Amino acid sequence: MSRKRKIRIVVAKPGLDSHDRGAKVIARAFRDAGMEVIYTGLWQTPEQIAETALQEDADVVALSILSGAHMTLFPKITELLKKKGLNEILVLGGGVIPEEDIPALKKVGIAEVFGPDTHTGKIIEFIKENTRKK
Amino acid sequence: MNHNGQLVEGVLKGDRRSIARTITLIENNPSEARKVISKLYSHTGKAQIIGITGPTGSGKSTLIERLVKELRRKGKSVGIIAVDPSSPFTGGAFLGDRIRMQKHSIDGKVFIRSMATRNSSGGLARATRDAVRVLDASGKEVAIVETVGAGQSEVDIRKIAHTVVVVLAPGLGDDIQAIKAGIMEIGDIFVVNKADRENADASVIDIETTINMSWEKKKWRPPVIKTTAAKGEGTTELLNHISLHMKYLENEGFDKQRRQDVETELAEAIKQKTTDSIIGELKRTGELEELIGKILAKKTDPYSAADTLLKERLKGFKTRT
Ligand SMILES: Nc1nc2c(ncn2[C@@H]2O[C@H](COP(=O)(O)OP(=O)(O)O)[C@@H](O)[C@H]2O)c(=O)[nH]1
Ligand SMILES: [Mg+2]
Repeated sequence: MSRKRKIRIVVAKPGLDSHDRGAKVIARAFRDAGMEVIYTGLWQTPEQIAETALQEDADVVALSILSGAHMTLFPKITELLKKKGLNEILVLGGGVIPEEDIPALKKVGIAEVFGPDTHTGKIIEFIKENTRKK
Repeated sequence: MNHNGQLVEGVLKGDRRSIARTITLIENNPSEARKVISKLYSHTGKAQIIGITGPTGSGKSTLIERLVKELRRKGKSVGIIAVDPSSPFTGGAFLGDRIRMQKHSIDGKVFIRSMATRNSSGGLARATRDAVRVLDASGKEVAIVETVGAGQSEVDIRKIAHTVVVVLAPGLGDDIQAIKAGIMEIGDIFVVNKADRENADASVIDIETTINMSWEKKKWRPPVIKTTAAKGEGTTELLNHISLHMKYLENEGFDKQRRQDVETELAEAIKQKTTDSIIGELKRTGELEELIGKILAKKTDPYSAADTLLKERLKGFKTRT
């Protein structure tokens, strides 16, 4: 498929976090980098996130989680995406995620994990690099 | 079967991934999308199309969520296209309408798609209309289009929707502004949302007064309805008025309007096609460069150059231009 298209990115917060300030900041940074950001708000279930990615024909799904449930929620989301035939979507994880969990997350299809202190420029760079390849 | 053929077949079966990818094609590759739309066209015209427009923050998305809930209760399938502006500087967009509607995202009978304006009003109008056609062809019984309207909206929602609902809210400060900017002329129904706020009645009177000044010649008198979308109040009444307006259309001048819309669209398609082929050929033959040179050298002017060019190519047409 041609990659002339704009990068469409779903920014979602799975789980029970009580605020989404961080996710909104990152969503705005993506927008300012020229991407079309589909923002879904708090308390999204894995099914809602996967279905949103499908309907919006997203290139990227950026997940942010603070509550510590990443080890159960992230794999569920990548599994649902695969089940829906969305194998090409780049899935990124962010928020508070311990270093030792990262290898397991990568194994289930999270392309990269970014900690809370990551400069947004670095994430944007990663997205541009990895969507161009497809 | 080629890729387009697969998309067409998928859309007609109601396959959600095919619907999503066809809308992407419409946004990114209009000439390829035309082929798909041509194949879907004979399957369109069944859906009821509702336009929801108004200033940012008036509660359009919240209201749509409630409308969808009621429509689903009646067993209707629903497709939604929610348009938000792209940044003119970066080309990016923050599309946040889903936040209010996510409840419905996993309902198999609901399909929601966010679209950015991409800073091209002509292109957007076409893309929106065609995206609605995809939903229509996929079997959605109702299609809802959300656009930000502040007078000169980028999408002429009247040309897409059967019924246009203008959603305003008290305290936004732009009610009067909106009235002045001409938003009043596009509404078949007016909603004052956030009726839980105290100055809602003043807004209703404001709008009623403005309508009274302008509606007399028309047969449909736009009703003004108060809603509190956040609590789901007034949405049943709104849906009833939307049905009444549909009935009105079926009895009055609906066909005439449709004929006019088709004429406009056909004219647009012809313009596009002729421009593309003529410019394309002129580029290939190098004639375009040559003409530009002549015009720059003031040996001719753009108008005469166009006349000379077209005289040969449009021989069969007896226009008096
Ligand atoms: N007080 C009040 N707030 C509402 C009502 N409907 C929507 N809102 C709020 O208004 C804000 C904008 O709503 P949204 O649906 O996103 O507006 P849109 O920009 O027109 O789509 C949100 O914070 C809603 O919760 C209502 O009936 N009453
Ligand atoms: Mg909205």
